[in-house]
Formats: sequence, structure tokens, C-alpha cells
Amino acid sequence: MAQKTVLHASHLAAGAKMVDFFGWEMPINYGSQIEEHHAVRQDAGMFDVSHMTIVDLTGANTRNFLRYLLANDVVKLTTLGKALYSGMLNSAGGVIDDLIVYFLQEDFFRLVVNSATREKDLAHINAEAKAFNVTVTERPEFAMIAVQGPNAKAKVATLLTAGQQAAVAGMKPFFGVQAGDLFIATTGYTGEDGYEIALPNEQAADFWQQLLNAGVKPCGLGARDTLRLEAGMNLYGQDMDESVSPLAANMGWTIAWEPSDRNFIGRTALEQAKAAGTAKLVGLVMEQKGVLRHGQKVITAAGEGEITSGTFSPTLGFSIALARVPAATGDTAEVDIRGKLVPVKVVKPAFVRMGKKLV
Amino acid sequence: MSNIPANLKYASSHEWLRAEGDGIYTVGITEHAQELLGDMVFVELPEVGESVAQGDDVAVAESVKAASDIYAPVSGEIVAVNDALSDSPELVNSSPYEDGWMFKIKIADEAELGSLLDAAGYQSAIDEA
Repeated sequence: MAQKTVLHASHLAAGAKMVDFFGWEMPINYGSQIEEHHAVRQDAGMFDVSHMTIVDLTGANTRNFLRYLLANDVVKLTTLGKALYSGMLNSAGGVIDDLIVYFLQEDFFRLVVNSATREKDLAHINAEAKAFNVTVTERPEFAMIAVQGPNAKAKVATLLTAGQQAAVAGMKPFFGVQAGDLFIATTGYTGEDGYEIALPNEQAADFWQQLLNAGVKPCGLGARDTLRLEAGMNLYGQDMDESVSPLAANMGWTIAWEPSDRNFIGRTALEQAKAAGTAKLVGLVMEQKGVLRHGQKVITAAGEGEITSGTFSPTLGFSIALARVPAATGDTAEVDIRGKLVPVKVVKPAFVRMGKKLV
Repeated sequence: MSNIPANLKYASSHEWLRAEGDGIYTVGITEHAQELLGDMVFVELPEVGESVAQGDDVAVAESVKAASDIYAPVSGEIVAVNDALSDSPELVNSSPYEDGWMFKIKIADEAELGSLLDAAGYQSAIDEA
């Protein structure tokens, strides 16, 4: 029996085509995935991300716990509300999940983790939290709506009270604030401006309807995938997993090596992997007809690699991909598309951000 | 519920075929097929003049979701292709039975039509799938 978010009926009312997404019945699109994609790049779109898992960590020792649990270092979180992206690694240096952590109070941090990894994440966090006397509380009573696009913030503002507007005024990227019943964060998975908003389940359908009335277009998982891929953002389970080092998943920037005496889970394995060298995650661009797809083989002068995520980029009008290739790969490669070798350009893994084409 | 026009013939691989007279048949993919595939981004069509056998893969429909082979529902010669699809592949989504047609084929053997499904037969084929 598939799980449903509290917005399930809202999706059906908006004409959504529903699919199974790791046990959740979620909208893949509401008609045209490409139109939804363009709405987010050019105006404002919204996604039901209530299936994602919110985990609150409380206790005096929470910061120390997170400095041990995560490869990135929450010591960087010095301002209340500031958020940090990090991998949560196993002792072999593989990625259990990628997540965002918010600093809400010195004894209260919030994690948002993936839904497909919920059970193993909670098991891991709970097991490791014991030694730190940190309380781990899942928050299934919250729904979550991501509102993204150049006009997203302005459209959300029309729904906010004066107090809430004041709370988010001038909020920089990667912050979160509790404003009345809404937890409003300047985060997202599209490469556009906008918010991710957590709110009580019972208020979600009404809030969704108000966003619709404000001209925000409902967008499904299909557009979410093409948007995050254009932005060069990883998808857990596809671009990395427990068998992949963050160094081979374009997550090197999320590893805080200093201070060198900070012990975090996976550190030793990561240091060994760094010394030995790893493959790298790059972007591929193919300007001729055809679509790069997950699993296709990449042939380079330095050896073979594989596409981890590939799609047609609606913003660019041609195909793009993320691929794991040998470290010595240069700026061109070939991809085996259904038996045909097609030349591609190798680029940094980011294609479109804030409406701007980067390739 | 997908639209399945009663005046067309169908292959179980989701192509439709419409008689244009003189042994010429127009081929496209069904509304149900385009729904399964999602937004079309490229359509690769055969060459005019190419001879094809029933069941050959002759075209490729690339959607946001997948690349899907399109098969010749009958044997014959390709006599026209829908060039509009190179700039507007979305016609396959918006008008699968009209503007989104893919190619026209001059049939080699009318007897092959007997192996195709009528609208009711295609409806049951997709109901079972």
C-alpha cells in the first residue's frame, strides 16, 4: 500500500499523473513536464516534498554529535537559522545520504533527509546519537512544499502575515526560520530562487490552494529531476550511494578536512581514497539530437566511465548528463547511445543556475 | 481513458495506421503510447525511399522519460515523413493521430493488414498490459 502525502487529493484535483516513488504515490507531472520546468525557470512553480523526512536533533551535545556524524562541519554554522549541505558517510567513506542541516538553537538542529533512505538514515542517526545523549525526533506531522522560481518569493509573500514577511525579509540563501506555523527556508533543488516551506499537515492543502491562486504552477517529480540536473545537483541513489565516495560524486566541497583533528564517520577511509585518487563526477553536453540516459557507457582517452543521470535539458534545448569518469578525463568524450558512439563535451557539472545558461 | 479512433488499425506495439488510398498508409503512435512516454523531445524518422519489413524498428521517439523504438506495422516503402516533428516533436503529444503523424508507407502486401488490431482489439491489448 503506497503512502500518500496530505496533498494527494490536491494533486488529483490538479490533474496529476501519479507514480510510485519509493513507496510514495507522488505526481510525476500535471500534463507537461517541460511546461512545468519552464515555469520554475521563468516564473514560479511548486513541488510537494512532504515525503521527505524532517528529523529534529535536540540536546546540549547536538553540535558535537553532528561534527561526528557529518562530513561537513557544523562549526561553520554560527548564525541562527543557517543551513549546511553535507554527506552522511559510513565508516567505509561511502554516502549513506546527503542532507541539509539547519542550526535553529544551540541545542536544536534540524535535518532534512531523503525519503527513499528514511529507514536506514533514522537507524544510523539513532544508533550514533546514543553516545552523545542527543534526542532524535522525526516530524511526520509536517508537510513540505518547495516554491521555486524567479517570482516564487514574491508570490509566497502575498500569503504571509506581516510578521512572517518581516521574518523572511532579506533572508540570504541557505537559511531557515520558524515564522508562525511556517518553517521557511531559502533552500531548494532547482537552481532557482525560492523557499522550501514546512508546515503542519492540516494546513498544507489550504496553503497549496492559496499558492495556486497566487499563480504558482504545480510541478511534478519529472520537472524536479530535469531542474536539479540542469543545476548540477546530485540525486541520491543515482549519482551516489553507499558504494561511492563523495570525492567521486562532486561532493569534495562538502568535506571539511580542517580542523584535521575533527573525527567524523568515514574520515579515515576518505583520507585513504583521497591519497589513492578517485574517479570524478563531470557534466556532459551533447548538442546533437538524442538524449543521454542513466547507465550509458562513457568512453574517454583515460578509460571508461558511466552516465549517472542524463536528460534532455528543456532550458538548453539539448541533452546533458552527469557522468562518473576517470580522473584524467579531458574535455571531450564519447557516449555509447544504443550502440552508436556519439561525441560529447565534458564540462563542470552545472548547466543552468538562476535562469542563466552556464554552458 | 485514451482516445482510440475506430477508423484506424493498430499494432500491439502502439503504432496506428490509417488508409490514405492507393496502398498508402499513414503511421503514428497512439494517444496511449504518447501518454506513457511523456513529453517528446526528439523524433528520429526513417529516410524516404527506404524499404522496410513489418516489425522493423524504423523510427525512434525520444521523450523526457525514455527512447522508444517505433516499428513498421506493415512492410513496404517509406514515401513521406513528417518533417514538422524535427522542430515540433511535441506534436506527437498534442495531436498523436493528426499533426503528430510520423511517416507514410506504400504497403507491399495488403494481407499483412490482417495481422493488425482494430480499435476494440487494441483497447483490450492495453487493458491487459
